[in-house]
Amino acid sequence: MKESEKKLTNNKLIKAPTGILGFDEITDGGLPAGRPTLVCGGAGCGKTLFGMEFLVRGATQFNEPGVFMSFEETNDELIKNVSSLGFDLEDLVKNKKMVLEHVHIERSEIEETGEYDLEGLFIRLGYAIDSIGAKRVVLDTIESLFAGLPNQLILRAELRRLFRWLKEKGVTAIITGERGDETLTRQGLEEYVSDCVIMLDHRVTEQNSTRRLRVVKYRGSIHGTNEYPFLINEDGFSILPVTSLGLKHTVSNERISSGIPALDKMLEGKGYYRGSTVLISGTAGIGKTSTAAHFAEAACKRGERVLYFCFEESPAQLIRNMLSIGIDLAPWVQSGLLQFQATGPTFYGLEMHLAVTHKAVNDFKPKVVILDPINTFIVGDKEIEVKTMLMRIVDFLKMNQITALITSLTTHGSPLEHTNASLSSLIDTWLMLRDIELNGERNRGMYILKSRGMANSNQIREFVLTNHGVELREVYVGASGVLTGSARIAQEALENAEVLTRKQDIEQKKREIERKRKALEAQIISLYANFDSEEAEAMKMIQTEQDTIKRLELDKVEMAESRKAKIENKQTNNKRNYKKTIL
Amino acid sequence: MNPMKENSGLKKKKEKSGKAAKDMWILRLYVAGQTPKAITAFTNLKKICEEQLEGKYTIEVIDLLQNPHLANEYQIVALPTLIRKLPVPVRKIIGDLSNTERVLMGLDLLASI
Repeated sequence: MKESEKKLTNNKLIKAPTGILGFDEITDGGLPAGRPTLVCGGAGCGKTLFGMEFLVRGATQFNEPGVFMSFEETNDELIKNVSSLGFDLEDLVKNKKMVLEHVHIERSEIEETGEYDLEGLFIRLGYAIDSIGAKRVVLDTIESLFAGLPNQLILRAELRRLFRWLKEKGVTAIITGERGDETLTRQGLEEYVSDCVIMLDHRVTEQNSTRRLRVVKYRGSIHGTNEYPFLINEDGFSILPVTSLGLKHTVSNERISSGIPALDKMLEGKGYYRGSTVLISGTAGIGKTSTAAHFAEAACKRGERVLYFCFEESPAQLIRNMLSIGIDLAPWVQSGLLQFQATGPTFYGLEMHLAVTHKAVNDFKPKVVILDPINTFIVGDKEIEVKTMLMRIVDFLKMNQITALITSLTTHGSPLEHTNASLSSLIDTWLMLRDIELNGERNRGMYILKSRGMANSNQIREFVLTNHGVELREVYVGASGVLTGSARIAQEALENAEVLTRKQDIEQKKREIERKRKALEAQIISLYANFDSEEAEAMKMIQTEQDTIKRLELDKVEMAESRKAKIENKQTNNKRNYKKTIL
Repeated sequence: MNPMKENSGLKKKKEKSGKAAKDMWILRLYVAGQTPKAITAFTNLKKICEEQLEGKYTIEVIDLLQNPHLANEYQIVALPTLIRKLPVPVRKIIGDLSNTERVLMGLDLLASI
């Protein structure tokens, strides 16, 4: 059957972009051009809309007119139904961009009387295609034929022929099919349309419904294999291709303030990295939201847009509460820098949340996103799903260089380092807020559990909520543990007293030394005085002696002169006599 | 082949049109070219009409290959399709009309026999 149709060309498969948000990304360009694609799924999962958007986008964005052959809805119904998505089919039909062809078969009206074929369908489709030069065709839902025509053998043979014929026509076709019990479609259409199969799903878990899309198969093309959540809103389809992107985001070396100077100091004095993911976890009422609000305010002050998702409080309540600690967020909301997105966690399914987040971020283009808190998502036993969702959000935000701040509530009794959604691996900077119970007091402590790429402080700080915001204080670690609150104040007083005594000691020592120095100096002076007087005396004596010697010599000369003797001779004689005495 | 050739295209073949219009059976046979099935269908139809409705019927043969836009009117999907336009209600019979009994049933002629 299909082997004969398989065209193994070396050329890359040409694709027809759908224009559906996100879909072209996961399929690497769109649907296989010139080939039929099967879109299957249960009732109400969006098959018709998928096909319709494919045609409308084709006609409006890619200049490829299309034929919508409906086996279920009449043209009028179709026009009305999709007008809610902003598609004006009437206009497209008028401008020969689209043909709506309603095929209706009523079994009760039909009598089967022998051999027949579905050439009539072919002719109608062919005529519709040729009348506007259509490049795209949607058959929705061709399986209705099985209900209208009794002879399955003929039908199956004809369907096979139809799909081959569509290929020969070179139109890019979407064939929708209702989901079967064991097969992808009730009538096993996947047997005929084997180039590309897309499955749409609409599941309800924990009372939350989520639409998902999966590319089951795509011949000759790479494609994402995951189930991608999608939503249908006023702009049509929107599929989230987040997980396919991997860890390829660029990183920034820019640092941004956390809004709390003392916390910045703990983070190398600079704050968080831009585009990083910050987790603040802690027990109830510990100040997670306050820390988040600080960050939001700091970002707004820098002129950056902040998107604040609050899942527990209403924006008004949050603004009021933050005002009590001196953070006024209202002006930023008014100036448009800060936007709140408040939705109850159970309002939609997880994927819907993801999709809404995605859309809100794409629309608002914030620099900072705050999710406060994420725990509320965990209803029942959905931990893995929650983790996947958060991973996608984090991934998506990182791709867009958006700094994310996530708060997470740690329940009492569970290990502190354990966040409910086991997020640790996703987080770049993890701030831990914990309560420290001591001496009948419950105080708050903050420390940095981890912070990738920076030499962060390892100190536990006491976290104090004041009327001018969050303050971090040094805490005291003593033999009895970490001291906080009044114990800290007592310790502070104690230390202050100690310091005072030490200061006094030092002063005293200084005075003593000064005194000693003075005594020493006095001593030195008196010694100098003694010495001076002694020296003067000695000098006097020396002078006297010298005077005496001089006088004696003078006397000798005078005596010799008086005797008129030869002094020299006498001197030599004296020397001779001296020698003799020695010998 | 002969009968089809006579009636190919949007040619009306009327047989004894002198009768009153209210008794007239207006039948339309949709085909796509002169395929064996189309010829068989026409032959069968002619035969049945001659036997059952002698003198009070017309057969229109519509070749959709030549007039594809006519397929919408009666929601033609399968070919050949026989439409009983008159008398109302409109009946639709698909196939080559080789099962005479079913054709008669489809045309509401079985009861009158």
